[in-house]
Amino acid sequence: MYFGRVYVSYKQSVLDPQGEVIKSGLTHMGFNKIESVKQGKYFEIKFAAADMEQAKQELVKMIEALLINANTETYRYDLKELED
Amino acid sequence: MKAAVIQFPGSNCDMDMMHALQDFGVDATLVSHNATDLSDYDAIFLPGGFSFGDYLRSGAIARFSPIMDAVKQADEAGKTIVGICNGFQILTEAGLLPGQLMQNEHPGFLCDEVKLNITNADTEFSRAYPTNEITLPVAHGEGRYYADQATIADLEKNQQIVFKYRTNVNGSSDDIAGITNQKGNVLGMMPHPERAIEAILGNTDGRKLFESILDN
Repeated sequence: MYFGRVYVSYKQSVLDPQGEVIKSGLTHMGFNKIESVKQGKYFEIKFAAADMEQAKQELVKMIEALLINANTETYRYDLKELED
Repeated sequence: MKAAVIQFPGSNCDMDMMHALQDFGVDATLVSHNATDLSDYDAIFLPGGFSFGDYLRSGAIARFSPIMDAVKQADEAGKTIVGICNGFQILTEAGLLPGQLMQNEHPGFLCDEVKLNITNADTEFSRAYPTNEITLPVAHGEGRYYADQATIADLEKNQQIVFKYRTNVNGSSDDIAGITNQKGNVLGMMPHPERAIEAILGNTDGRKLFESILDN
């Protein structure tokens, strides 16, 4: 079994209104040294694969087919094999 | 004209669209998102709402509904396809229209009437309008049209932009409220023409859109 953790974030050029609102909230709370806040998405996926190489390919396929919209989002991931 | 109105789980403007089409004498049928064949229909309407609860991204899950293969075939056959609001979001996620609809620039759900410019009066969706300035209802939280600069330049060059906000209410790139594909048979727009067809409800500016489609 493999365990992938996927972090999705907006591309630098894309406005993130939620991040802006969170930044404003934090600033009102007194955290006044914040330069920027970006909100992203986080996924944990457990799945079976023949080996690490196949697991990597599968995970990237899943990410690019559904988890992100490549118009506006980028991603990074880490992947490990789980002990049985 | 035989029209299909696609009903996704979470669609909520499906009956408004049925009502509007029937008002124009169109033989309209509600079709489940689980159906796989649209060959009987001349025009396909993807209504507004919150398909699949807008989970992940608006339209992102609906794009995998069985009906979407039939919608793509209808596009290949050059049939008329109209996505309103959530329908527009689904068409972009499905790749039938470029770009993406994102959260409004200013936080919150926007429910209002907005003034629009018709920026291409020579489409099968806008031909019947005698004026370039109209007003239509909008109701969306994720209506900010986004596309990169190269895509926007292409849209402008190919005259694919049909409607622009006169005042940019949601932060859309290039003030875009509605676009067609390059062939001109697929329209996606955030404003709701189907909610503006009866004088008793205060606005009839949506009527000419349906008249344009029926004139083809």
